[in-house]
Amino acid sequence: MPPIAELAGVTVAYRERLVVRGVDLAIAPGERVALVGPNGAGKSTLLRVLAGLVVPHDGRVTLGGDPVAGLSRAAIARRLAAVPGQAALPFATRVEEVVALGRLPHEDPFRGPGPADHAAVDAAIERVGIGSLRGRDARELSLGERQLVLIALAVAQAAPLLVLDEPTVHLDLRHQVAVMELLADLNRRDGVAVLAVLHDLALAAHFFPRLVLLDGGRVVADGPPARVLAPERVRATFGVDPAIFAVPAPIDAAAPELTVGTGGR
Amino acid sequence: MSIGGRSLALARAHVGRPARAPGAVVLALAGLGVLALAVVIAVAAGSVAVAPGDTLGILLRALGLPVDRSWSPAAETIVLELRLPRVLTAIMVGGGLAVAGAAFQGLLRNPLADPYVLGTASGAALGAAIAVLIPFRAVFLDLGLLHVLSFAGALAAVAVVYRLGRGGGPFAPLTGLLLTGYAVGSLLAAGLAMTMFLAGSNLRQIFAFLLGGMEGASWLRLAFAAPLIAGGSIAIVARARVLNGLLLGEEAAAHLGVDVRRERAILLALASLVTAAAVAVAGLVGFVGLVAPHLVRLVVGPDARRVLPLAAILGAILLVLADLGARLLGEIPVGVVTAVVGAPFFLVLLRGTRSAYEL
Repeated sequence: MPPIAELAGVTVAYRERLVVRGVDLAIAPGERVALVGPNGAGKSTLLRVLAGLVVPHDGRVTLGGDPVAGLSRAAIARRLAAVPGQAALPFATRVEEVVALGRLPHEDPFRGPGPADHAAVDAAIERVGIGSLRGRDARELSLGERQLVLIALAVAQAAPLLVLDEPTVHLDLRHQVAVMELLADLNRRDGVAVLAVLHDLALAAHFFPRLVLLDGGRVVADGPPARVLAPERVRATFGVDPAIFAVPAPIDAAAPELTVGTGGR
Repeated sequence: MSIGGRSLALARAHVGRPARAPGAVVLALAGLGVLALAVVIAVAAGSVAVAPGDTLGILLRALGLPVDRSWSPAAETIVLELRLPRVLTAIMVGGGLAVAGAAFQGLLRNPLADPYVLGTASGAALGAAIAVLIPFRAVFLDLGLLHVLSFAGALAAVAVVYRLGRGGGPFAPLTGLLLTGYAVGSLLAAGLAMTMFLAGSNLRQIFAFLLGGMEGASWLRLAFAAPLIAGGSIAIVARARVLNGLLLGEEAAAHLGVDVRRERAILLALASLVTAAAVAVAGLVGFVGLVAPHLVRLVVGPDARRVLPLAAILGAILLVLADLGARLLGEIPVGVVTAVVGAPFFLVLLRGTRSAYEL
């Protein structure tokens, strides 16, 4: 199957500094991939390159087989749904109104949302399990609840690729696991490809069958967690004693339901 | 699968507006009805009272309906040549400022923004003050130097602020623009203070402009401002989805398919044009552009597709009534009325909002 998203020889420089150096990365439809690596490795930049927000100095970027540079913003938004970072809303906004923003790239620009859009919003709210939050002001939710609302927005966007930048940051353990389980479930049951930047290696290794390790703007390892997070590589990349971190069993490998929590911190 | 749902059984208060708000169309029709009523009252009332029946008759006859003339020619002149253009100017200015205010609030993602934040007010004021100082009088299409220079001053100030304050990348928030607007505004205010110092006996004219007012309204001035205000407002309403995308921030808007850099520049230009045209014919009328969008959001939520047209109608109603009040109180500046009514009202609004506005 042709990749749903592909970076080939991508290089990005900010001012004089190279932040991404010759990265090759292909995401197949329905795949679940975690981007890991130290701060400043270029993970977030790669996501922004894929979404067409950063234009690479060299290399090729395609979404669904077409070069990103030739796609309109709306066309990109129909192929790639990015879960926004925790953003402050300037006005009181209901949860369902936030989720409905996901329909912006689909709805008729002049007549506004139609029945299909309303149905997609209802389905996304149902799918993420936030029906009880519908009428609440999104600004008054806890961070964990907010993250679920923003994921519902991306689900309503109905793109074949879901992209997240550190979706579990600042969340307590229960919500971290809830978000990870939701992503795995969206991926397995709905066939949505997921590409997430993660800092927690234990969560990444447990919930993602494929890890891409970035360091200094380069892909240094790409494959199953056990191989990518081999002790000597963790030491070389993160500069820490690998003994404090044990790779948990992946959920896809008939493992007991939850073994997260021992190694994460 | 119900993720994260367990702790949510404790249903906290919902957003404080009706769960199923009345349709925006119903509200718009009701608003237009109130506006029509306000127009008739505002045209009928004044130092020379014209009976409401006669007023309606004159208005309907002017619209080409076969109504028998049962009123004096003087009443007809007062209604059609003095009061009607004034009321229509109030409609255009109030509606335009409300749309521009809603657009600036959405663009800057700041609930305290109003149509004047990016320097339009101080630019227009300085332009008007300079016009007052120039001894030379030129009038073209009923537009004096004051109108032309205040219009140009408002646009020039925004252009300078935009050139200086943009930057920080296409997805950077417009905070820099807001601060630049403040800085440039302060500089222009110094120029205004200097011209006022030099104005001597013409000071009153500058003050009248600063406080706003519809008493200078005429058909020709309306013919200049109305197309700019109406055209600009309609173009803003047509871009409501951009403002919706910006609710979650610039980068989120880009991810939702909005060409942020381009659309933001277009909306800023349109909102500034509407503001400049309104200011040129009515001076600096405060609070309408700040309050009307917030009132509408309290009822229908933040969806700009509803907020913009409803804010236009509400802004028009508010300014027609404020101008009527100003007229009945002996031609006091309308800005005094909108401030005296608007400011306490806005304070109540802020206190009533449960969660404090974030900045």
